Amino acid sequence: MKLALQILTVLAVSGGCFLFLAGTIGLLRFPDTTTRLHALTKVDNLGLGLIVLGLLPTAGSPLLALKMIAIWLLVQLSGATVSQLIAQLVHEQEPRA
Amino acid sequence: MSLPLALEISFAVVLLANAVWIVIAREVVAAVIIFVAYGLLLAIVWVRLAAPDVALTEAAIGGGVTGVLLLGAAARLRATEATAKPASVSTRLVAAAICVTTSCALAYVVGSLPDAAPTLAPAAMASLPETGLGNPVAGVLFVYRALDTLLEKAVLLLALVGVWSLAPDRLWGGTPELCAFPRRSSTLLLLAQLLPPVGILAGVYMFWVGAKLPGGAFQGGTILAAMWLLVVMTGLEDIPPTSRRWMRLLAIVGPAIFVVIGFAGFALANAFLAYPAGYAKPLIIVIEGTLTLSIAITLGLLAAGPPVRAQHQ
Repeated sequence: MKLALQILTVLAVSGGCFLFLAGTIGLLRFPDTTTRLHALTKVDNLGLGLIVLGLLPTAGSPLLALKMIAIWLLVQLSGATVSQLIAQLVHEQEPRA
Repeated sequence: MSLPLALEISFAVVLLANAVWIVIAREVVAAVIIFVAYGLLLAIVWVRLAAPDVALTEAAIGGGVTGVLLLGAAARLRATEATAKPASVSTRLVAAAICVTTSCALAYVVGSLPDAAPTLAPAAMASLPETGLGNPVAGVLFVYRALDTLLEKAVLLLALVGVWSLAPDRLWGGTPELCAFPRRSSTLLLLAQLLPPVGILAGVYMFWVGAKLPGGAFQGGTILAAMWLLVVMTGLEDIPPTSRRWMRLLAIVGPAIFVVIGFAGFALANAFLAYPAGYAKPLIIVIEGTLTLSIAITLGLLAAGPPVRAQHQ
């Protein structure tokens, strides 16, 4: 059981780190603002989610685990809001076709 | 090279690069955004240095409130920015000389510190149980160096009076406006409806836990101020005119109670700002609780800026 949880931690955190890396490359390499936002949201939602998931077995207490999940949810909320705001700004500025 | 060392060096390099970027950024708004990122990075560095109390304050103040203040300043400057003349070469040279001198002096002082820095930490930890507090930082702030903390709050109030004094006479007591954020957006409105309950809980928790663990009045108050600013920014609530009696009372209630308890120390514990034996922790909780509210309203009003609309008659 302990080994299985450790394997889960390693796999999930590695997956999360990979998404962070991929999101950062996307942010640097994608051509325009909306696709860059797309790359960023993957980091917020899935990348941080996987890292939190992987760290849950190591939290030690249920309260600490709940706090980590709350942080993930709050980051999701703020990330989604900021992405929407930036996208609205881009949408207003681009010339109407 | 070990992994932690590599991490620390990369943090230092990124921080320095950020600082240089802030200075050379062409647009004020861009510089402010980099400054906010700089504050958040610095918070991570404080965590790395095992100073979570400082990290929380840096994230809340350096990354948060200062960012809002500077964005407000940038919005006010926008009109004059385009026509402003760049500083003359001699002014720049003088500024550069002052910066270089200050940096060299700081580097010399840091370099000449004794290897084993003189510390009061063991003495502070040894008498911490007498205060009933678990967080040594709270012990320093409210027991050993309470006078510093009290003066810090007085400075905050003076800053608020200073900001209000920027308004012309006829607007004194009028309503401030967050001119940096004129855009009304339904997305932000949703955030302003969802986040405050969580944020208020987090702010109160941070003040409450500050006696035992990292946290405290300043960090908690900053989160409360942020929630108020979010609600005001989206137009859900108006900023009350600065002449409102309850608002002014709220801004001074924390420092006032601090002063009263401080003077009571003369009678009850033989010294200014001393607590009677056994009552230190409850008194500190009362001070911190009221300070949290005062800090929240003061920081919020500082960010809101001077009154720009006259009071309704």
